[in-house]
Amino acid sequence: MEFSELIKTAKPGGDGEQGTVELWLLIRNVDAVEKRFASSSGTITLKCKDLRVLQLEIPGMEECLNIASSIEALSSVESVMMMYPFFYRPHSMKLEQGWHLYLPHHYYQQTSAWRLSSVNRDFATCSTYPSAIIVPAIVDDEALRKIARFRQGGRFPVLSYYHKKNQTVMLRSGQPLMGPNKKRCQEDELLLKAALCGRARGFVIDTRSAQAAKQARMTGGGSEPKAAYLGWKRLHRPLESRGRPLQESFMKLVEACNDPSLGMDRWLSKLESSKWLSHVKAALSTACLAAQCMEREEACVLVHGAEGTDTTLLVTALAQVILDPDCRTLVGFQHLLEREWIQAGHPFHLRCAHSAYSHARLKQEAPVFLLFLDCVGQLGRQFPFSLEFSERLLLALFENSYASAYGTFLCNSEKERSLCKVKETTHSLWSWLNQPNQQKEYLNPLYSYNALVIWPSVEPQSLQLWQGLFLQWIRSSQYLDEAWAEIQRLVEGSKTPRTNGAAHSQRLLPH
Amino acid sequence: MEHIRTTKVEQVKLLDRFSTNNKSLTGTLYLTATHLLFIDSGQKETWILHHHIAAVEKLALTTSGCPLVIQCKNFRIVHFIVPRERDCHDIYNSLLQLSRPVRYDELYAFSYNPKQKESEQVKGWQLIDLAEEYKRMGVPNTNWQLSDANRDYKICETYPRELYVPRIASKPIIVGSSKFRSKGRFPVLSYYHRDKEAAICRCSQPLSGFSARCLEDEHMLQAISKANPANRYMYVMDTRPKLNAMANRAAGKGYENEDNYSNIRFQFVGIENIHVMRSSLQKLLEVSGIRGLSVNDFLSGLENSGWLRHIKAVLDAAVVLAKAIVVENASVLVHCSDGWDRTSQVCSLGALLLDSYYRTIKGFMVLIEKDWISFGHKFSDRCCQLDGDLKEISPVFTQFLECVWNLTEQFPQAFEYNEAFLLQIHEHVHSCQFGNFLGNCQKEREELRLREKTYSLWPFLLDEQKKYLNPLYNPDLSQKHTLLEPNTVSLNFKFWRNMYHQFDRTMHPRQSVFNLIMDMSEQNKQLEKDMKELEAKIKVRNKQQNAVLTKEPLQSVHPTLKTQCFKKEQPLLPANDAIRTIEGSNTADNRYSEYMEEFSKAEPAVVSLEYGVARMTC
Repeated sequence: MEFSELIKTAKPGGDGEQGTVELWLLIRNVDAVEKRFASSSGTITLKCKDLRVLQLEIPGMEECLNIASSIEALSSVESVMMMYPFFYRPHSMKLEQGWHLYLPHHYYQQTSAWRLSSVNRDFATCSTYPSAIIVPAIVDDEALRKIARFRQGGRFPVLSYYHKKNQTVMLRSGQPLMGPNKKRCQEDELLLKAALCGRARGFVIDTRSAQAAKQARMTGGGSEPKAAYLGWKRLHRPLESRGRPLQESFMKLVEACNDPSLGMDRWLSKLESSKWLSHVKAALSTACLAAQCMEREEACVLVHGAEGTDTTLLVTALAQVILDPDCRTLVGFQHLLEREWIQAGHPFHLRCAHSAYSHARLKQEAPVFLLFLDCVGQLGRQFPFSLEFSERLLLALFENSYASAYGTFLCNSEKERSLCKVKETTHSLWSWLNQPNQQKEYLNPLYSYNALVIWPSVEPQSLQLWQGLFLQWIRSSQYLDEAWAEIQRLVEGSKTPRTNGAAHSQRLLPH
Repeated sequence: MEHIRTTKVEQVKLLDRFSTNNKSLTGTLYLTATHLLFIDSGQKETWILHHHIAAVEKLALTTSGCPLVIQCKNFRIVHFIVPRERDCHDIYNSLLQLSRPVRYDELYAFSYNPKQKESEQVKGWQLIDLAEEYKRMGVPNTNWQLSDANRDYKICETYPRELYVPRIASKPIIVGSSKFRSKGRFPVLSYYHRDKEAAICRCSQPLSGFSARCLEDEHMLQAISKANPANRYMYVMDTRPKLNAMANRAAGKGYENEDNYSNIRFQFVGIENIHVMRSSLQKLLEVSGIRGLSVNDFLSGLENSGWLRHIKAVLDAAVVLAKAIVVENASVLVHCSDGWDRTSQVCSLGALLLDSYYRTIKGFMVLIEKDWISFGHKFSDRCCQLDGDLKEISPVFTQFLECVWNLTEQFPQAFEYNEAFLLQIHEHVHSCQFGNFLGNCQKEREELRLREKTYSLWPFLLDEQKKYLNPLYNPDLSQKHTLLEPNTVSLNFKFWRNMYHQFDRTMHPRQSVFNLIMDMSEQNKQLEKDMKELEAKIKVRNKQQNAVLTKEPLQSVHPTLKTQCFKKEQPLLPANDAIRTIEGSNTADNRYSEYMEEFSKAEPAVVSLEYGVARMTC
């Protein structure tokens, strides 16, 4: 298919004049197209996935219709291989850069208790796991295959995070397929026993309510029974994960933010009924619980919901930002995203197919990743010196997860990426972000390494609407940006006299 | 002292307000003539001024003792458990008495002694000079003059002695107009905009009833509009909701009839009255005090309280006022019912939007002295300084501060002062430690002889102004766009956590950007100073080297070098937290040291697993 077939009018309204403003918009970024006609001209409203709203006035009815239908068609191209990253070839970058930023064996350090398994080399054991995963050394590949059959989506428990400080671990998986007959799997029980590494206690954090977990047995799922898993205790923390409720929450919030005529009462009531901040609170609390189990209770943790590809990752990734200072650096955070979201098989393609404006029938869209970014932003606001990256990085990640020139967030799993040859034929977002001049944009000037665990407050009074995202296109942030620039200037300024001072001292010292 | 029966109780527990696992500190409770003091086993001191106590409550006896809950006007809430009921009862009764003084001379300000010379005390009171301020605005001039009509408080008891009125308004007009205005509060100048030659004037409601007229009052308004050469018409802003104003007509009061006054444009702006505001704050505090509050309950509670709606209404009115002056060059007359609550809010905020001087530390003090203190905002009644009518209490001034805070959030570089300054002022409006806010009007203050018997707050704040400086302040910027044009769309208004949860440490960001920047600019200054010293020393040394090489200069250089190195290695963490060191300005008394110590210990990441973090239920 040629894209040009979809473009009936390439350039309406004659030649552009010199010195005009250029606006480039990735068509993939368009979430909804609305048309309005008045006599001979028409207005197209483009509602974008990054929440921006653009209005184009186009003279000529036919041109207007043509352009609208072209944009509609081009923005809803279904095939992954037809997406922009496969055609984007910037001069300054090389294709292979950035794709090997994170490799499992970097994260994996040889210890006797854990091993790097390649049981999933050809993605046959679990289609949504990467080819290399870390599991207890005692469990062999044959057992892993058996366990995979006992866990939803083949997602057997794997190592998600190793807490160096007290050698506790966090695992994640899909739900056990117990079914109504309470089926058991010896190998699975053995794996979890081995994961405890001799510790007395472990906690299974189930991101569904006890009720929902029980009900899941009717459809073949379930949650680990205490009797079968000695030492493991189940905690239920229901999180809204996939599908409608979360996506609708996102849509309602954006709708409320886009209506400046709302009185105070209506605004607060819409903010409340969107429930977005409740989701933020729930996600942060659950991540804190997981972190608390490890840091305070010195226990191991297994996190899962149903599939283990959404709320599970939300919790494990957030807990790591809270616990591990290495995840709070610019590069460490990229590693975390690679490890816990991209390679861990969060279905980005499905979840981010549409953003908050789309009129299309909802399928599998859900802003789980956005919720994660929002939570990280909350941490950044409560600990403004502890994250090496700034809000700008979170915004860039949000935009790129929905529409991007880079291949990083394409597809739903490593298996699909390998089939589409994403790594060979698209550029990596990381290689672009990590260019020195880009990196500077995303750094937090106030950062200083903080080795401690950052426990956030999850009081409603402490949580804030993410203005940088939700109000980005709605109100001017000129004064806030200027203040931010001033902070940057002050921080840099404070570095200069220091070095000057040091130079002076050196001139004195040799004597 | 006759109210104090028990001065010391041991083994008292102080509960953490928001902790879900009933964490507590054990220590000793002391009752002094002015403060309640709790010293915990770690020697940490918690001081509570009796005047700050809004309510004391004794709850039902429990197995561990008798709970005593104290709510303060600065929104601190402490929950003690006293082992023996009798002690609890004694303290409860004492506090009831002590927190409700009957006479002014029982207030702390009359006993507070910062050990200053008399000359300093006098100088302190002279720091803010309103005559000077009117001069700065550009009055008197050809159109405005100082009137001596109220020199002896004969015309209006609640106005100051010195009032500025249009030059063409003769004394009979003033007297006539004052008789037609509630409490005699006739239209006078509040702010004069030099560039636009337009004025903000203030007064109380006219006694118009359904049809009454007053020629002098009509002349008075005409005089105000004539005093503005740039624009013939003027605005009359009634800050009340229309319904309230209409209801007042039945009581012989009301609002101006546009037909009777030439060239006025009349409008209502709909700010609610003191009673609505009081119950709104009450609702807000009820919600924010709930333990384990869910997001939805918080937001719906915030909505039901109406608090942010009121804040928005006040700021909206100020924006309308400022725009009328800048955009239309029109003078504006502002009033409400008596002209001392909503009128003070709107006039002072309007001036703050118009004039960058009020966005400096000194200017803000002047603004409060002028529009609030001198024009008779009833601080004593509104803040319940003396045991009196509870229906007179209202957080009108708190709302003003909250509006200013909202502006500082929207314009981070336009204000010389920071949030801590606003919080500190709020603290002292209720502390009765200084004379400024005592009483309800100037006449009353003079009768109390406050200038001789008490101290002024402002010099104390100026002395420690380092704590209140906004490191991002850019004075050039505020000259460029003198008029602040805030965005008052609802979503811009936030809950002021640092005001209403000032003392609930677990809710605050664990690291403060402000303090870091403050420290940094402090360090910069110090380093620059060091650098200059070093440069000077290099020069000296070079000279000496040329002369004779001796060891001595080297030694003299060393100490400086050491401090230099030390500074370089200092982590960029704040040594203390200015935002939360909000306390009685007498630094010796107070929690300042308490916070210093706590934060220097715990700052990098308060790890205490407090409330907030989901509790394990296993």
